[in-house]
Amino acid sequence: MPFMPVKFNLQKRVKLAQGLWMIYWLSVVVGILIFSLGLFFKVELRKRSEMMDNNESHLVPNLLILVGLLAGGVSAFGGKVCHDSLDPVKFAKWKPMLKPYLLLCCGFNVLMLLTALLCFLMQFSVYLTLAEGLKNSIRFYKDTDTPGRCFMKRTLDLTQIQFRCCGNNNFRDWFEVQWISNRYLDMGNELVKDRVLSNVEGKYLMDSVPFSCCNPGSPRPCIQHHLTNNSAHYDYDHRIEELNIWSRGCREALFAYFSSMMNSIGVLILFTIMLECLDMAGLKYLATALESMEDPENPECESEGFLLEKGVKETFADLFVKMKMLRGGNEVEGGEAAEAT
Amino acid sequence: MALMLVKFDMKKRVKLAQTIWFLYWFAVMAGVLVFSMGLFFKIELRKRSELMDNNESHLLPNVLILMGLIACGVNAFGGKVCYDSLDPSKFIKWKPMLKPFLMFCVGFNGLLFVTALLCFVMRIPLQFTLAEGLKSGMKFYKDTDTPGRCYMKRTLDLMQMEFRCCGNNHYRDWFEIQWVSNRYLDFSAKEVKDRIGSNVDGQYLMDGVPFSCCNPSSPRPCIQGQMTNNTAHYSYDHYTEELNVWKRGCREAMVSYYGGLMNTIGALVLLVTMLEIAVTIGLQYINSSLSSLVNPEDPESESEGWILEKTVGETFTDIMTNMKAMSKGGKVEEEAEAGVATVS
Repeated sequence: MPFMPVKFNLQKRVKLAQGLWMIYWLSVVVGILIFSLGLFFKVELRKRSEMMDNNESHLVPNLLILVGLLAGGVSAFGGKVCHDSLDPVKFAKWKPMLKPYLLLCCGFNVLMLLTALLCFLMQFSVYLTLAEGLKNSIRFYKDTDTPGRCFMKRTLDLTQIQFRCCGNNNFRDWFEVQWISNRYLDMGNELVKDRVLSNVEGKYLMDSVPFSCCNPGSPRPCIQHHLTNNSAHYDYDHRIEELNIWSRGCREALFAYFSSMMNSIGVLILFTIMLECLDMAGLKYLATALESMEDPENPECESEGFLLEKGVKETFADLFVKMKMLRGGNEVEGGEAAEAT
Repeated sequence: MALMLVKFDMKKRVKLAQTIWFLYWFAVMAGVLVFSMGLFFKIELRKRSELMDNNESHLLPNVLILMGLIACGVNAFGGKVCYDSLDPSKFIKWKPMLKPFLMFCVGFNGLLFVTALLCFVMRIPLQFTLAEGLKSGMKFYKDTDTPGRCYMKRTLDLMQMEFRCCGNNHYRDWFEIQWVSNRYLDFSAKEVKDRIGSNVDGQYLMDGVPFSCCNPSSPRPCIQGQMTNNTAHYSYDHYTEELNVWKRGCREAMVSYYGGLMNTIGALVLLVTMLEIAVTIGLQYINSSLSSLVNPEDPESESEGWILEKTVGETFTDIMTNMKAMSKGGKVEEEAEAGVATVS
């Protein structure tokens, strides 16, 4: 008793082939989209890799690029088979390849499911990498003369401007590091010497932030220095001042950006999986409808298409039996080899 | 003696129709491109209209949008005609409309060419509008509490950061205006009173610039205030300091941005014009080859196609004669009416 049989006449078969061909082309376009999204994600990770300590994992974008290419290839092949299916001569050469092709599609769908899962789960790793990386970035902000770190200041400034954030968790992170290089500090000055001696590590700490923390939406010119000193500025209360500098931390801002990207890509992959399943079902129906034609010479005869030749349980039982036979066969062969020795 | 005569047989006609159909679809996409470029340009002008004193001319983007829409419609119609041209029964209904359609296409191509020229020419008024607008923009930077100007500070800051520029011509423009609002100045402080008293207009002028002028690539934290005072900062010489604030003026930055945009759009519109001319000529060939069939009943017969039925000179003389005839016919009718009126 076949699983979900459907009767086909010539018109229905032609319509099925045409509809399936269009869906396969849609799948090719979606495959290209996944490839380009993977590329975009890789480029974004590279752009900000300085802030992730240069040890961010490129597993997800590489997998996306691979999956996109495979989806494009598999769907293009399926589309070609559909296009040829209406011509019995051309279809005859594709016939033997169909069963392994459908098994490959099944395996590919499992791979895509894995990729979607990774898209959702790898966000944790991105969060942890960002936390470490940003802490170090803020420490290395002043090292504009150290090779390998001389662009850290520029990268961090541009990030804070672009993502509208300040510091790691909030702007007070800047109070705990020395972000002015010693080259620009007058060590002969009393004020500087006091500050440097006021803490154990001899760092020049201030209650100031870099200019990139400034919020352009503030009605007054930016107050960067002496942030906690109300009397240093006219009509200023640091406890209620909200628009002066960005109040969000950069870790939160960057994570929100990457996580929304990964979530959308994951959803797109789930959609692709459903599309591919639809493709596979359609191709199976088309193949079985063409094989089960009562009169092979007459293209206008009726035929039946189905998803599985037997019911679901029976197909699984058959699979198990086959697998046992394979293993059993190996054991028997192993036994014979042992006997031979 | 027709202009650029070409002989056609059935196969050649079919190939011509297919090619021109394909080109028409390409031209529809080109029309969509022109439309979207006009839309993009309009949005860019709107985004920065505060900095252009709100009186920038939207003529060019509006013309581009209109041309894009007309191009889409004209090319879709042309494509349909090409598609039907291979079927004599369908082509019959389009035949009478073809001559006026082709004349309309020629006129439209002329308009497209004028649009392309406009793209290159409209840079000049834009430059003047920008110069005026930026000067006022900087004057109103501090008026964050005045309705209608409260976003000028934000717009100017974001623009200086995005275009990497400072001031109108250079950063010293900020020294000449008061960019700190009086709300944040302590008028009882001696320093403030001195500065205000030191100039005729009573403005609080400083040798400082807003934070948006700062260059992130500078190796040292940004020096915004007391910029001309070398002793105020350690190891600082404002004559040799180059990376501290952006050196370019915003007028130059914006003019080059909008100028580049308009040049690109102008070049693309020129390309679209050439494409449109090509499809118009192709349609004329299809039209003339189908109307000059040697044997109208047999679709496989030979025929001739041309761009103009007579030579250029003769065609012009014909048009002149037609126009004279029309104007004379009008005069004769008027005289007849006047005659009738006076008689009655």
